[in-house]
Amino acid sequence: MITFLELLANGISIGALYSLIALGFVVIFKATEVVNFAHASLLLAGGFVVAKLHPLIGFWPALAAGIAGAAAVGALIEFVIIRRANVTSHSVLAIVTIGVDIVLVTELTRQIGTDVLALGDPWGDQVVHLGPVAIAQTRIMALLAAGILIGSFLLAFKHTGWGVAMRATAEDHETAALMGIRLGRVSLGAWAVAGALAAVAALFLCVFPTPGLDRSTTFAAIKAFPAAILGGLDSTTGALVGGLVVGITEAMMSGYQNQLSFLGRGIGDAAPFLIMTIVLLIRPAGLFGTRELSRV
Amino acid sequence: MYKLLTWLGGIAVALFVPFYLEGFWLQAGLFTMSAAIGAIGINLLTGATGQLSLGHAFFLAVGAYAYVYFAAEPEGHLAGLNLPTPLAAVLAVIVAGIAGGLFSPIAGRLKGAYLGIATLALIFLGQHLLFNAEPLTGGYNGRAVPPMELFGLVFADTPELVILNVPFGVLERLWFLGLAVLLVAAWFAKGVLRGRPGRAMNTIRDHEIAAGVMGVPVGRYRAGVFVLSSMYAGAAGVMLALVFQRTVPEYFGMLLSLDYLAMIVIGGLGSVAGAVVGAVFVSFLPQLLTRYSDALPLVAEPGSGGVSPAEAARILYGAAVVAVVLFLPGGLLGLATRIRLAVTRRVQLPAELTPSPDSRS
Repeated sequence: MITFLELLANGISIGALYSLIALGFVVIFKATEVVNFAHASLLLAGGFVVAKLHPLIGFWPALAAGIAGAAAVGALIEFVIIRRANVTSHSVLAIVTIGVDIVLVTELTRQIGTDVLALGDPWGDQVVHLGPVAIAQTRIMALLAAGILIGSFLLAFKHTGWGVAMRATAEDHETAALMGIRLGRVSLGAWAVAGALAAVAALFLCVFPTPGLDRSTTFAAIKAFPAAILGGLDSTTGALVGGLVVGITEAMMSGYQNQLSFLGRGIGDAAPFLIMTIVLLIRPAGLFGTRELSRV
Repeated sequence: MYKLLTWLGGIAVALFVPFYLEGFWLQAGLFTMSAAIGAIGINLLTGATGQLSLGHAFFLAVGAYAYVYFAAEPEGHLAGLNLPTPLAAVLAVIVAGIAGGLFSPIAGRLKGAYLGIATLALIFLGQHLLFNAEPLTGGYNGRAVPPMELFGLVFADTPELVILNVPFGVLERLWFLGLAVLLVAAWFAKGVLRGRPGRAMNTIRDHEIAAGVMGVPVGRYRAGVFVLSSMYAGAAGVMLALVFQRTVPEYFGMLLSLDYLAMIVIGGLGSVAGAVVGAVFVSFLPQLLTRYSDALPLVAEPGSGGVSPAEAARILYGAAVVAVVLFLPGGLLGLATRIRLAVTRRVQLPAELTPSPDSRS
């Protein structure tokens, strides 16, 4: 039972991080209808900036720089490439983001090399005991940070002018443009927000108990794809639920690995994709996605 | 007529290649041929039908491992059926098709980039299977690939064979097999694209609803093209296994799928020739950079800390994907067509504009 509670707590905390990443992914999709395969590289860029800067300027300024850096990379991708790509099909745009991803990930992993970079976070490896249940302090901080960010994002999405512009654009590009919404700004903002969210997720994915930022960090980011898809690509609620489902499944599958040995070693890594496949078989649009209807 | 001559000339040159080039280039060429077969398959799916797939590497793996399983003798804990190798190859392609068919409930219902993420599942579940189904796949270390044997000719270094004073090893022999398979694959895909199915596929890509209204069964077509494209991947997997002579699970990861997508974008979406051009670009680039790394600036020897040839190639073609979409819609093939048009126009125009001496009087 105690193991179960610990796994559940860890799963929720990791899941909140996947939700953060998936949220950025969904925001980009809603604003520009681009499926952003370069999301993993945004995350890696944010983490890399934090890892390289924290010995020089301290952790908190480095974190701010990392968030700003990832947001800038996202905005840059939108401004230099997505906006200028003159294509009709959105799957071609998705392939463009794959091209961007190949370049960024190759260069960043080359810079990282075989090192494991510490991010210099102040929490270290302390463990908090809630009754018999032991949880790493970093996990609690991750959950808190993700909760605050997601909450404020949803509030902004609902109540600020920027949020209204974003939702109007997602609803109908042309009408939004006619109402005086600057589509360029909306999509630029979406990419920057997605980058910033990814950078925060990168920080918490690389702290204790993970040793640090290394080549495999992109893989953690890739697990946010099934989170976004199984929740429904055009639904912010879906991203949150999807992230939690993926996080909890992964934690449980890895934690009870020995009882699940008939599924093979390392099932935890494959589990998010298994869940996604099952959900898609039953609901092709995802759990909360709007089913596409068309009228001729 | 002109077109037929170019084709015949091209094939004749390709037939003479193994008599002159060394092993390194032959191997690079064979990789390119296998890649071209796979790229044609994914171009049918992504280029012609507009369905993104990141799961191509999985079907390559299915083809490669199914061939090994059907052809190999059972040995220790490794299973095998010891079937005749040509039969094993055909069965491997069919198994890849069945694997694609099993995914068709998803492949038929999702569209475009949405399907792209769903097919990520194939990669990761596939990797999990490859590492864990040890009796079939040999686990981490992979399996040796039994050489193909066709009409008494073994595609291996032994027994020795010398033709026109050139020793014919495994690479030289496979060259002709690869060429034949590639030609058949290209011919079939051209037929599909040119005929009724091709038009239906393009309509689905351009306007799904219009396609449905015209009476195209959209879901069934999507699933069908997915199956066909996985069979192409299966064939490419068999060829790759024969060239490598060993299959390792790590090779069939996500990067391989990305390579294939890069190929069709760089070459030109939606056409057979585009897929082949892209395959040549993407698979030759790392080999060229490796071969001439000491002569090139910015590219360092592998392991010396600088940009290694493999990384340089990766960055180059990643950038090429972006550049092609931004500046060269239609890919390298589209560029070639544009240049040809520009040249022929320049040649013809003056002749039309300047009046001929006869009409001047």
